[in-house]
Amino acid sequence: MITSDKVTNTGTRSVADIRKDFPILSREVHGKPLVYLDSTASSQKPSVVIDAMSTYYETYHANVHRGVYEISEEATAAMERARVKVARFINARHSKQVIFTRNTTESINLVAYSWGSTNIAAGDLILLTEMEHHSNLVPWQMLAQRTGARLEFIPITDDGLLQLDVYQQLLQQQPKLVAFTHMSNVLGTINPAQEMIAQAHAVGAIVLLDAAQSVPHLPVDVQALDVDFLCFSAHKMLGPTGIGILYGKRALLEAMPPYMGGGDMIRQVGLRESTWNDLPWKFEAGTPSIAEAIGLGAAVDYLHAIGMENALQHEQQITRYALEQLQAVPGLTIYGPDASRRGGIISFTLGDIHPHDLASILDQQAGVAVRAGHHCAQPLMERLGLAATARASFYVYTTEEEIDILVQGLHKAIQIFNL
Amino acid sequence: MSMDYRDYILDHYRNPRNYGKLENASAHAEDSNPLCGDQLGIDLLVEGDNVTQVRFKGRGCAISQASASMLSEMIEGRPVEEVVKLGKEDILDALGIPISPARTKCAFLCLRVLHRSLALAGLEKPQDDNDEDEE
Repeated sequence: MITSDKVTNTGTRSVADIRKDFPILSREVHGKPLVYLDSTASSQKPSVVIDAMSTYYETYHANVHRGVYEISEEATAAMERARVKVARFINARHSKQVIFTRNTTESINLVAYSWGSTNIAAGDLILLTEMEHHSNLVPWQMLAQRTGARLEFIPITDDGLLQLDVYQQLLQQQPKLVAFTHMSNVLGTINPAQEMIAQAHAVGAIVLLDAAQSVPHLPVDVQALDVDFLCFSAHKMLGPTGIGILYGKRALLEAMPPYMGGGDMIRQVGLRESTWNDLPWKFEAGTPSIAEAIGLGAAVDYLHAIGMENALQHEQQITRYALEQLQAVPGLTIYGPDASRRGGIISFTLGDIHPHDLASILDQQAGVAVRAGHHCAQPLMERLGLAATARASFYVYTTEEEIDILVQGLHKAIQIFNL
Repeated sequence: MSMDYRDYILDHYRNPRNYGKLENASAHAEDSNPLCGDQLGIDLLVEGDNVTQVRFKGRGCAISQASASMLSEMIEGRPVEEVVKLGKEDILDALGIPISPARTKCAFLCLRVLHRSLALAGLEKPQDDNDEDEE
């Protein structure tokens, strides 16, 4: 177990204390303590999340929204409580605006199909950016293919910031939709969402924000942002896999047709036609991920107790420390903006060592888990002239000692590859 | 399982043998690993019963590129009937190190491209390209 003597604090609790809540952080890999630096791909889970799901299965598992008996009512109440917690966490006006999906990808696809099919026509412009994850790119490509809409892209600078002057010009073409990431999963860039949303609204565009990396790591207030659609996943914010969230403005959601048909999403069903249930269930066909919703509720409680300002502050401190330490490693190149413009994500390459080899060495020699590859952002990698990078990412449980172990692992890689 | 980057693997990575393209190739194929982005193309010149020249071109990790380089050395000058029989064991023997399950796709990309090129040229039966389950 990593028991740092370098004291860092996340709000009122020390990181060492927080780490005790995560059972997996005490395991070893290859005979070394696990150093988990891949929370951007998926975060680890505290016991309270795991326990909340086990308790559901062990003591009140039943299907929701149907049973009139005790345990079904308990399950329904627990799931709907989770929805309220999520709504409060992002400061939604009403929990009806929180729709449970499978993940961020499904949330974006839901909007692309449902809103897209009734609002996008041939020749319409959809504005994206060069730094999108495939999940905020491919659904729009598919929508464009179905409808004949056009796609344009806000370019990035060499240090990974959006070119906002070009954005201004592109807005003059009056896009119907602007969809962009709040925080890049490759570069860590935090985009100025509030300003960009206001500018998009000024030309009449609807805005979808991919918040997969932002909601887990910084305070996000949908009303302050005035965002139309917000998409994120539970598993990146200490919750389970298999459940994602779509937040939408109520008038937009009310006007949208269902995405999938089936049970739970209907009001009345005839053989030839049906009427739709109210929000949010109109968009939740079939038995939902009940345990996962309950786990997500526990994760939200846990993050709320830490405080998202504290989480952000801790991660920025770790990121500054990591940038300093990594910059001192000979032959290492860091991609993305300076510490003031980024969250806890650092993509890098080391000499001519391919990132997959680097990740293998870090795993086997140092017990360090980092991501290697194109990070589901191939157009961005192409823009940067790279085939792949290694990526280290941080969360509330990351310590400076873990960064030191990463750096030791990098020196080991330098030695193995005779750099 | 610990993977060991031996010097000869790094040598093949940094100084790949038979690197490039053949203008007059009689067999060619290329492929990539969608997950990690390793890319590989192989050109073969077959004269009579033998593979007389081979060139490969690609980019990717040391394991994928060194495997391709080593495979190219096994191929050149050998009878087609022997080349079609080359398989995973031959690559693992050449690498001489344990390959962790996540990296087998890197090591075997060159085999997949080789056999595809031979199949496209009608020199062997097309193989089922479905990924096998990891052993």
